[in-house]
Amino acid sequence: MKSNEKVLLRGSEAIGEAALRAGCQCYFGYPITPQNELPEYMARRMGELPGRTFVQSESELAAINMVYGASATGARVMTSSSSPGVSLMQEGISYLAACEFPSVIVNIIRGGPGLGNIAPAQSDYFQATRGGGHGDYRCIVLAPGFLQESVDLTYRAFDLADEYRIPVLILGDGMMGQMMEPVVLPAFREDLPKKEWAITGAGKGKSRFIRSLLLDVHVEESHNWKLYRKYQRIERREPRSDSYAVEDAELVVVAYGTAARIAKGAVRRLRARGVKVGLFRPITLWPFPAKALAGLAESVGRFLVFEMSMGQLVEDVKLALNGKAEVELYGRPGGVVVTPVELSRILSRRYNAMRHEA
Amino acid sequence: MKGMKKIIGRPKYLKDVPNHYCPGCGHSTIHRLLAEVIEELDIRDRAICIPPCGCAVLAYDYIDIDMVEAAHGRGTAVATGMKRCLPDRVVFTYQGDGDLAAIGTAELIHSANRGESITTIFVNNGVYGMTGGQMAPTTVVGQKTTTTPKGRNPGVDGPPMKMCEFLAPLDGTVFLARSTVHSPKQIKQTKKYIRQAFESQLRDEGFSMVEILSQCPSNWKLSPVECCGWIEEGMIPQFPLGVYKQRQTEPS
Amino acid sequence: MIQKAILAGFGGQGVLMMGVTLATAAMREDKYVTYLPTYGAEVRGGTANCTVSVGDEEIASPIASNPDFLVVLNAPSLHKFQSILRKGGDCLLNTSLVHEKSIRKDVNVYEIAASEMAEEMGELRSANMIILGAFLKISGMVQPETVLGIIDETFRRKSPKVVEKNKDAFWAGYRYFE
Repeated sequence: MKSNEKVLLRGSEAIGEAALRAGCQCYFGYPITPQNELPEYMARRMGELPGRTFVQSESELAAINMVYGASATGARVMTSSSSPGVSLMQEGISYLAACEFPSVIVNIIRGGPGLGNIAPAQSDYFQATRGGGHGDYRCIVLAPGFLQESVDLTYRAFDLADEYRIPVLILGDGMMGQMMEPVVLPAFREDLPKKEWAITGAGKGKSRFIRSLLLDVHVEESHNWKLYRKYQRIERREPRSDSYAVEDAELVVVAYGTAARIAKGAVRRLRARGVKVGLFRPITLWPFPAKALAGLAESVGRFLVFEMSMGQLVEDVKLALNGKAEVELYGRPGGVVVTPVELSRILSRRYNAMRHEA
Repeated sequence: MKGMKKIIGRPKYLKDVPNHYCPGCGHSTIHRLLAEVIEELDIRDRAICIPPCGCAVLAYDYIDIDMVEAAHGRGTAVATGMKRCLPDRVVFTYQGDGDLAAIGTAELIHSANRGESITTIFVNNGVYGMTGGQMAPTTVVGQKTTTTPKGRNPGVDGPPMKMCEFLAPLDGTVFLARSTVHSPKQIKQTKKYIRQAFESQLRDEGFSMVEILSQCPSNWKLSPVECCGWIEEGMIPQFPLGVYKQRQTEPS
Repeated sequence: MIQKAILAGFGGQGVLMMGVTLATAAMREDKYVTYLPTYGAEVRGGTANCTVSVGDEEIASPIASNPDFLVVLNAPSLHKFQSILRKGGDCLLNTSLVHEKSIRKDVNVYEIAASEMAEEMGELRSANMIILGAFLKISGMVQPETVLGIIDETFRRKSPKVVEKNKDAFWAGYRYFE
C-alpha cells in the first residue's frame, strides 16, 4: 500500500498498518472477539516486514508482560484486546506506568460487565481514564471517531508513549474495528527516538536496573511526585477535542468515538431544520479537554452527554463544567447502537423542553 | 603479597555490599555462583536478569548486571519480550517457588514450550519466604507452614509440584537440572549446571532451567545447620537431584 | 444525500466481496463511503451480510436501520431484512435461490435468475457479477465504469479470459433491467 493515497481499509487493519508505519517492532496478544482481525493482520504483515516480532501469547496477562519486557529494551511495542482481556492486563499496565515503559494498548470495547457481548460499547471509560489497575497513575487515552483518525492517532500514540514514557490506550469498538472506510496512510518511520534509559545489557558501562518496588516511603513518594508532575505536563499540553456547529448552539452534545459519529449525524439533521444544536467531541479522554469544554460554557447553557455506557463520560463533563452549565445524560448501555434519527429525536425533545422552560 | 597466590575472593560482579538475606539463606550462595559464572563466561556486558517478587527482588543490589524487575510470576513473559528484541543477550529469570510454580505457572510452561532461548534460575525452598512462611506449591507432604499448621495434607492441598519433571516432556526445553546449595559438593554441582544452562542459551538451543533446593532458616524455623539436614532428609527424597533433560542441537 | 444498501446471502456466495467492490468504487469516485460486515457470533449461522453506505456528505452511522436497497441471495436473508427496507425502497432478488413470494407490497421488487443466467453463460461463479451489474443499474450508487476498473484489477492476475467473463456477466446483469 502506498502512502498518501486513499485506500479502503478495515478499522482493525487501519490501526495495525498505522502502528507498523509508526515503527511498532513487536506485537503480543491473545485472541478475543471483536478484535481478532488486528492480531491476524499483525501476524501476516509482521512476517512480510523486516525486524518485527509477533507472538501469540497464552493469555492477556502474558501478553502485557511481554509488552513490558520488549518496552524495557527500548522497542516500540503494542498489544490489543477487548474489554475482558483488558481487565486481565490491568496488572501489567500498572507496572508499565510505574516503570515508565512506553507502550500502546488497543481496547476494542465490547458490551459488559462480565462476558457481556461483542457489540459496540464504551463501558470501559472509567477503567481507561482512571488508571485501571492499582496505584496512583494515568494512561493517555485516545478515542478516534472515524478511521482516518484511527490511523492518525495510532501513528501519534507511539510518539506520545515515547515522549512521556507512558502507556497509551486507544479505544475503539467492534463497529470501528470491522467497518471499512477510505484512509490515507502515513509513511514508514525511519527516525525512531534513541532511548538512553533502555535496559539492553550493561556493555562496558555501569549496570542499571528498572524497578517499581520502592520500599522506602520517601523514595516512593518522590517517584509518585515525579509521575504526578509528568501527568500535569500532559494535562497542559495534550488535550485534544473537536467541535461541530457550536458557534450559536443552545444545546451541545458531548460524545466520543462511535457515539460522536452518530451524534454528528443527529446534529446535522437538526441543523437542517434550524435547530440550534452542536457537538463537542473529546479526542483525548485523558487528558480530558476540560478547558475547551469549559470555554464553550461561556456561550452554551446546556449540555447533553451521549455515551454508550451509563454515566461515565458525564462525570468528566461535570468536573470540567464545574456547575457553569446544565448537564444531562443520555446513555445507552449493553452494546446498543442508536441511529442518528433516534438520537435526533431525543435531542429535539430536550431542545424543545429547554426552550419551553426558558 | 609476594610469593602468595590468591585462590579465592569476591567474584568481580558480586557487589561489595552487605546483603539483606537471613544467615544461612541459600540466596546469597546462588547470587555468588551467578556472579562467578557470568565472569567465567565473560557475559557481564550482555547478561540481563529478571528478578522476581520474593526475597530475591533486590538482586540488583548485589549482582552487577542489568536488571528489569517483573511482576509476581510474570518473569518468563517479560524475558520473552526482552529476548525477542535482543536475541544476542543472555536473558535469565530468577524465580522462587511461589513465583514460578503457582502464580507464574502458565507463563513458565508456555515460555518453555515455545522454546524461548532464556534461562530460569528456580530457587525452591518450599515456602513463601518474603510473605512470612506460607505453604508453597513445593512444600513437601507433612511440612508445617503458617497456612498448613498441621502439615501439608495432599488430600486438601495436593502434593508438591515437581517442576523439572513437569517441563521435561516439552519439546521446547533443552536443559533441566536440579541441585542444592547445602553442601560444598552440591554448590559446585549447581555452579556447573548454571554454566551449562547459560552455555546452552549462548548456543540458542531453547529453554533451560536450573532448580536449586535452597535453605530458608527463618521460615523453616531451623538453624542453618539443621536446614542442611532438612534438605537432605526432607526435600531430596521428594525432589531427586540430577539432570532431567539435556539436548544439544546437531552441529551444523 | 446518503444511500444505504444491505447485501445478504449465504457465506461464500460473495456478498462481502460485492460490498467491498462497491465501497472501493465509491471511494474511487471520491464519495463518502462506509462498509460494515456482520462479525463474530452472527457469522456462525452461515449467513453473511454487509451494509454499504455511499453519499456526498459525511456518513454518521455505518449501520442501516432503514436501508434504501436490499440485495438478497437466499430466503433467510429476505425474512431477516425485508421488514426494515425503506418504504418505496428497492429489493433485488436472485430468484434462482429465493423462491419466496410473500414480499412487502410497498417496495419495488426486482427479480433476476442470476444463477441460471450465469450457468447459461458458462460460469456459475459469475452469478454475483450479474447481481452487481443489476444492482448498479437499479441503484445508480456508483458508475459501472468504476466497477469495471476494479474487476479488471481483481482478476487481471488470473487471466484476461477471467476478466472478460466477469465483465460480460456484469453487463448482462446491468442490461437486464434496461
